[in-house]
Amino acid sequence: MTAQHQFPQATGGAGPAPDEVLRAEHISKRFGAVTALVDVTVRLSRGEVLGLIGDNGAGKSTLLKIFCGFQQPDSGRIVLNGEEVTLKSVMHARSLGIDVVYQDLALVNELSVYHNMFLNREEVRGPLLSNRLMRRIARDHLDEMGVHIPSVNVPVASLSGGQRQAIAVARAVFGNAKVLLLDEPLAAMGAKEVAMILDLIKDLKRRGDVSIIIIAHNYGQVLEICDRVNLLQHGEITLDKLSQDTSVQELNDIVVAEYRRALEERQRSA
Amino acid sequence: MSDTVESVGKVVGGTGPGGGNGRGNGARQLLVSSFGVFARQREATVLVVTVALLLYFAVSDASSFVSQVNAVDLLSEIMAPIAIIAIGEVLLLICGEIDISVGFIYTFAPIVMYVAITDYHVPSVLAVLLGLLTGVAAGWVNGFIVVTLRVPSFIATIGTGFALDGLALTIMHAEPEGIPPPSVSAGKWLGIPGNPWQWAPLVWAVVLVIVFHVVLTRTRWGLYTISAGSNLLGAREAGINVGRIKYGNFMICGFMGALVGVQTAFYTNNVDPSAGGYLPMFYAVIAAVIGGTAMLGGSGTILGAFLGAVVLATLTDGFDIIGISANPLPIIFGGAILVAMVANVQLARLRQAGRTL
Repeated sequence: MTAQHQFPQATGGAGPAPDEVLRAEHISKRFGAVTALVDVTVRLSRGEVLGLIGDNGAGKSTLLKIFCGFQQPDSGRIVLNGEEVTLKSVMHARSLGIDVVYQDLALVNELSVYHNMFLNREEVRGPLLSNRLMRRIARDHLDEMGVHIPSVNVPVASLSGGQRQAIAVARAVFGNAKVLLLDEPLAAMGAKEVAMILDLIKDLKRRGDVSIIIIAHNYGQVLEICDRVNLLQHGEITLDKLSQDTSVQELNDIVVAEYRRALEERQRSA
Repeated sequence: MSDTVESVGKVVGGTGPGGGNGRGNGARQLLVSSFGVFARQREATVLVVTVALLLYFAVSDASSFVSQVNAVDLLSEIMAPIAIIAIGEVLLLICGEIDISVGFIYTFAPIVMYVAITDYHVPSVLAVLLGLLTGVAAGWVNGFIVVTLRVPSFIATIGTGFALDGLALTIMHAEPEGIPPPSVSAGKWLGIPGNPWQWAPLVWAVVLVIVFHVVLTRTRWGLYTISAGSNLLGAREAGINVGRIKYGNFMICGFMGALVGVQTAFYTNNVDPSAGGYLPMFYAVIAAVIGGTAMLGGSGTILGAFLGAVVLATLTDGFDIIGISANPLPIIFGGAILVAMVANVQLARLRQAGRTL
């Protein structure tokens, strides 16, 4: 992975790197008067885990929503496996292998774990659900991924936050996701839960068939789990480095310096 | 009477996820574990309340309460309409909506049928179907206003309810009419007095309850209905067409209202523009809630609503039989609903505690 690939000029005609899965070029997005993304270019390699960090309002969630087809960019292009794509909807993106696990978890609390795993792609025989089959497949799949829950029959509501996150991730992988977008998967979680999710992501990384973009706030966790980090500030990528080439200290310094600068600017103009 | 309750009990007990794995050897263990399976069913608490009420009235006035005449009264005339409409309301409540207008669909559907027969000489059976279709159409309109025009269902269906009420009164000049004699036989399979057709409403109710219990628990439609009410955004993100689910459930509810309206018109041989109203809707919603359906959406059971309908019918009929005079009856009725609800909520709380301990 070349970390120097910060603002590629005229990549348009050039073929993708052989290991590249997803590339977003010169993405911009504005909501009325607010510019969420100015000119963002992000690349993701096969089997890579990319950390996307930045303060609230930097545009991380907007970028994620564009990647998963929930919103469309005003300009720029998205290249998936070497082909330019227009992601029309979440369903469309999912059919192309890009799946997102939201912070607010798209799990249905009242339904069982296995019904959630199969949500909107249920196994049926005629008009009736093949519950036994779905139960078995879900159990096997979760076992294989090392996700431990008491039973696939219990409603999702009865699970812990970490377990639910794990179910949501497992569901995306189960749905054949090749690019997995995780929106703050570690927020509001206890130490044990964090360890469980980190293990799950490491396990996915070891297998190498899924590429992952993680939005997170805790720089330590990001550097522990990610191969590379991108820092997003005011709708632009201001840092793109391999995790081994940077440190929590450096990331902190950049963000704090930016905060100071913005504060002074505001005071000057006031 | 008690037969029905027992068989319902069996159905309820048998729907456990995965069934009861009574691994123990002794009969006692089997008994304990099957009680466990029973107690874990959401319908279990309301079943207890139902049986208690039936026993109470049976003991209070056995000769009148436990009789065929009263069984028809209680089950076919009072319970069946509540249970049928409750099916529609349960589906709507689960997906986060409500239909206030269903009682006016009940009013309006037989009028469409009546006008078709008398003014347009439509064959009777076709006219019945037209009446039922009216309910589906009214449900579609409700769905259109709620889903497409984004008006909260509580307000939207109050509006359509008023409109249907006005239409009914206008068309009938506020006068009830009898069903033309040649057409009466077309409605016997919906229920008319006398053996054996007097049992038809009960049969309809039981069949529809079983069918929609299966729809809710064993089909995609049911899962998506629950998903829409439990996590609307999540359901959308999963690619579920939530609008279609809501449209469909409004149409099912409209159909149920029309069915009960047409049935009642035949049973009473009376097409009455002042029949229906708000009461059928309230009874159905109360039956649903007594049966364990959440007013806020996401969960509910149709078997529970059926038992809720039995509870309401038993209260209505039972107090009538033991001879409470008409004026204080609502006090007792209201109190009994509250007691049934409190018992239900508290028993459910105990059940929940038992599960988590």
